[in-house]
Amino acid sequence: MREVLELLERDARLTPKEIAERTGFDEKDVVNFVREMEIRGIIKRYKTVIDWEKFGDESVYAIIEVQIGLERNAGYNAIAERISKFPEVVTCMLVSGDHDLHLVIKGKTMKEVAFFVAEKIAPLNQVQHTATHFMLRAYKTEGEVMFEKEEDTRLVVHP
Amino acid sequence: MKVAKKVRELPPSGIRKFFDIATGVPDVISLGVGEPDFVTPWRVREASIYSFEKGYTTYTSNWGLLELRELISKFQYDGMKIDYSPRNEILVTTGVSEAIDLAIRAITDPGDEILVVEPSYVSYKPCVQMAGGVPVSVDTSAENDFKVTKDDLKPYITDRTTAIIINYPNNPTGAVMTRKDLEEIADVAVEHDLMVLSDEVYEKLTYEGTHASVAALNGMRDNTIVMNGFSKAFAMTGWRLGYACGNPEIIESMMKIHQYTMLCAPITAQMGAIEALRNGQDDMQAMVREYNQRRRVIVNGFNKLGLTCFEPKGAFYAFPSIASTGLTDEKFAERLLFEKKVICVPGSVFGKSGAGHLRCAYATSMEGIKEALARIEDFLDGLKKEEAPVIKNKH
Repeated sequence: MREVLELLERDARLTPKEIAERTGFDEKDVVNFVREMEIRGIIKRYKTVIDWEKFGDESVYAIIEVQIGLERNAGYNAIAERISKFPEVVTCMLVSGDHDLHLVIKGKTMKEVAFFVAEKIAPLNQVQHTATHFMLRAYKTEGEVMFEKEEDTRLVVHP
Repeated sequence: MKVAKKVRELPPSGIRKFFDIATGVPDVISLGVGEPDFVTPWRVREASIYSFEKGYTTYTSNWGLLELRELISKFQYDGMKIDYSPRNEILVTTGVSEAIDLAIRAITDPGDEILVVEPSYVSYKPCVQMAGGVPVSVDTSAENDFKVTKDDLKPYITDRTTAIIINYPNNPTGAVMTRKDLEEIADVAVEHDLMVLSDEVYEKLTYEGTHASVAALNGMRDNTIVMNGFSKAFAMTGWRLGYACGNPEIIESMMKIHQYTMLCAPITAQMGAIEALRNGQDDMQAMVREYNQRRRVIVNGFNKLGLTCFEPKGAFYAFPSIASTGLTDEKFAERLLFEKKVICVPGSVFGKSGAGHLRCAYATSMEGIKEALARIEDFLDGLKKEEAPVIKNKH
């Protein structure tokens, strides 16, 4: 059934009927499986990969490296949860290396992102240091390469 | 100017004729292409670019790069559990096409008869003819899932028969043969002391169970030339890279011809192939999964349209029967092309036992397959309307 998830991950609009046809599973089993995955929270939600830049959107993305000073009795989870709750935070992950939390922030302008970091992230007690990297251009997101597709150069008939 | 008799006598390629008809018709959806729609995995392309940068632009050993032969040896062992020595039992060739030509030339004396199991890829018979041999067609049928049996072969065996050419998973039918099915071929080969030339280029595109090779059967290792390549498994058709495995005597004989003709396979392609065998398994499996999904959709689609399609368990072809429409496969394919702009290859191009069928490659996008099926449905509806008045007049 893993194949069902793989198909949905690439195209969330596939119907159970289409999935059943492609995988050879029974349509009813697909429906039940997907429902179970939704209930168990394995399927979080269905989303669309959009090339916002191409659409003309001027959104600003920044990667924020955050160093955390841990307090007694509290691991990374508490501070990570607190940061994650801001809608501006698109991604929040704990990473190895010279910083601890790796954030992706989305805002309308550079100023907005900079102020968000200065006002909401940097002042937190456990945050020792932040470094902000503004994204200039995305070449690949969510496994999707943002270049034109390679052309099909095959002959129309071939043995 | 003079063209050799042998060449003049080669029949024109039926597929070439159809290609000429189809070329130039705009906005077609083609199910006529015998190659993957995937581009070669990036890591393979990248490795080959790197080899250029490092200055690998020379000849290689006639046998092919030793590193590549070692990897092929391991790849073949993993796939079919037969150990071929990289030293003198594996020859890297310029596509499986060259391996087929070399194998046939290495074993054929004038007048030798070679059985070609049909429907089949179009190059076997001409290669036999060019080598001075006599190709003998052995028909298979949809009723028997296009497998070849002892009884199919026996009537054609004479004291001039020297070899059998098989291709499973099969182009154009998508048929496969299990180990048990292959035992019939092995029995015949052993009984009559025949070589088996086994074109296994679609090996990795096997959708149920794993591929079985006739070479793995008792007593067959040294009587079989296994031919395989990178075109289908790794979407590397244009790289022209294949190989042959077999006993040292036969492989050395093939190498003898190869060294005087091709000399060696292109080094850039060999460099890419090394990366494909080292790190390309995941890319390959992702392609196979995708083919399998399309296979289910297209086979299901044809059966729903009433074009009986036996289940192809390998390669990337469906081979539905169009006999129920009353049209010949050639007429059907031609009209489908002109009226609905869908290209399928008439089955008779692959031998007379392919007549009444169409080869439909599902190496095209899922959207393309669905659109093609919709257009074929339209075409069939149109045919039914044509038929109706004729029946009326009879009464």
